[in-house]
Amino acid sequence: MDTLELISPFAKLIEANCTPAQVRSIEAGGAPDAMWVAFAESGFLNALVPEASGGAGLSFEDICPLVQLLGAHAVPMPIAETMVARALLARAGQDWPDTPIVLASGIPGQSSLVPFGMIASHMLWDNGTTLVLAPSAGGSATGVHHSLHSFTLCPQTEGFARPEGGLMPISATLRAADIAGAANHVLALTVDYANQRIQFGKPIGKQQALQQNLAVMSEHCIAARVGAELAFATRLLPSLAAAATAKIVAGEAAAHVAATAHAVHGAIGISEDYDLQLLTRRLHASRLADGGEGYWSALLGDMHLKSGIGGVDFARSAVFGDAG
Amino acid sequence: MFDTLRLSRIPDSDEALRPAIRALIEKAISGLPADRRARSWQGFDASFSRLLGTNGYLGLTLPKQYGGSDRGPFARFVVVEELLSSGAPVAAHWIADRQSAPLILNFGTEAQRQFYIPRICKGEALFCIGMSEPGSGSDLASVRTRAERTANGWLLNGQKIWTTNAMHSDYMIALVRTSGSSADRQAGLSQLIVDLKAPGVTIRPIVDLTGDAHFAEVFFDNVELSDDALVGEEGAGWKQVTAELAFERSGPERIYSSVVLLDAWVRHLRDSGRNDSASAALVGRLIARLASLRAMSIACTARLVAGESPVVEASLVKDMGTGFEQDLPVVIGDDLASHPDEAIDPELYRTLMYVTHIAPSFSLRGGTREILRGIIARGMGLR
Repeated sequence: MDTLELISPFAKLIEANCTPAQVRSIEAGGAPDAMWVAFAESGFLNALVPEASGGAGLSFEDICPLVQLLGAHAVPMPIAETMVARALLARAGQDWPDTPIVLASGIPGQSSLVPFGMIASHMLWDNGTTLVLAPSAGGSATGVHHSLHSFTLCPQTEGFARPEGGLMPISATLRAADIAGAANHVLALTVDYANQRIQFGKPIGKQQALQQNLAVMSEHCIAARVGAELAFATRLLPSLAAAATAKIVAGEAAAHVAATAHAVHGAIGISEDYDLQLLTRRLHASRLADGGEGYWSALLGDMHLKSGIGGVDFARSAVFGDAG
Repeated sequence: MFDTLRLSRIPDSDEALRPAIRALIEKAISGLPADRRARSWQGFDASFSRLLGTNGYLGLTLPKQYGGSDRGPFARFVVVEELLSSGAPVAAHWIADRQSAPLILNFGTEAQRQFYIPRICKGEALFCIGMSEPGSGSDLASVRTRAERTANGWLLNGQKIWTTNAMHSDYMIALVRTSGSSADRQAGLSQLIVDLKAPGVTIRPIVDLTGDAHFAEVFFDNVELSDDALVGEEGAGWKQVTAELAFERSGPERIYSSVVLLDAWVRHLRDSGRNDSASAALVGRLIARLASLRAMSIACTARLVAGESPVVEASLVKDMGTGFEQDLPVVIGDDLASHPDEAIDPELYRTLMYVTHIAPSFSLRGGTREILRGIIARGMGLR
């Protein structure tokens, strides 16, 4: 299927069901059922499920722009996570519930930070040796204002075969695309604001100091987007090196973009009524979920040190997956 | 924003160039120490450039009828990536191959194309570009070097400065004023090809802080040029230079200037057996930036392939790329100095200090950081 044919209906679905008001309502504890039903009825949740199992049979690469849209609109539900979970369950010949599923990685008996853990009925756990589909239980809210993430104990049960490298690379890649989408929306909001806000008799966007900062912000947005696309360029499971690259670059972008956007907006940007905060809170939460820059950098650096080859060759073979 | 800058793939047919060019480079420069290889596109070796020309690695984007290979920007990306990541000395042909030949192809007369381009493709005609003057740096439109019409050509007077490799080059393509005054800004500027052996041309090399002399002052004292020295239209120099700078800014050379140092440092870590997670994290973060910049540079190359002139996109990649190039010696210097108990090979130390000292030039050449960010801001609709 042409990717463009996917984007437009998905964008319409989000615009109709995930307005800033609807996002605020769910983040404040409102019922997510109506929003969930809209996604469930759209068929998109089976995007990655093979056609033989009743899905659309799309590749991971196809859904990269969709995950960016979820980030751009701060959709407060594990939509991309459910798509991936269903694909993995289908591959393993397992059934899945019709309700929201999140991806989680942890050590049995220990607590993990689980994105959208408060809004999922089930969690697909990578416990270090197997995958376990477990009902969401024993989790607690983070207590952060309007956060839907949870701290949940990794179950002690055994499940089915886990992909090589576990769930962290694919989870981190989802976060990277989420950041790329949110960051690009934040950039657009910030440029609009800079062109409208008048100080010293002219739009603040005419100030060279702001222009320079916004230029750097746009560079980070593009780096995050292209980095995410690099990790998504696969049938289903991203390589460790590509996922690491995507999450490192996106994490750096998230912190930088959020800071610059708030600096340009001034006080209005940190008020709850203004939409910017929906996206900048999202940027920070996604940056800190599924391994930060330091975690992925140590893994990627270790791979490179052990590779015995030059930096450009390592990037080409390990990150880009080029032969030779 | 900048939605056309998307991940793209180098076609297999262009990737296929890699093994042969790699073998040729390996054979030619295996004896060159890292601190010489770190000079890369400052490293001048006319015989190496001719070797590349003889083997068909110059003029990759240029038509066959002028001695090129008609292969396009991705072929050039592969060859340039191999040259720069190994630190091959490419300065001799660099400007002619990257900018001068495409400029002459796009704007020159048929006679100019036939006269210059085949020799550029063989590595036999070396070019420099005359843009900066003592009073014109970032404000390029204020150039004052002037060419007056004569009965059968032009009379050139003035001065250029910071001209890379002028003393080794055969020709300069100079941006000069052919009508009006500095107050007319972009109007009245033209590009002229100056034979640097012509009477009245004086070239004085300028020694830099590393001890190298790669740039020069060039003086024009009543230099007589024939009618066909003009490239393109009289008065269209500004528009032509802008198109030319998109070529200059969009290649992989804007991310790989310090990569010889990166590799020398990683070899040091491997040799010293240092594999703690803090060291690995330093390496990993740099590799992630390198890989994402490579993806951005390939995305930009794809715009060239599509026939666009990606001025803003190239500025984005160059600004971010030169920031990476400049961070490398800072990070690596801190790491090495933070392990005073580890012996450092003097070759690595010389490489580190060469890159440390020359790094400020990375965000000056081809447009300063501040100018590039202004171009990006204009692309975002802020000015």
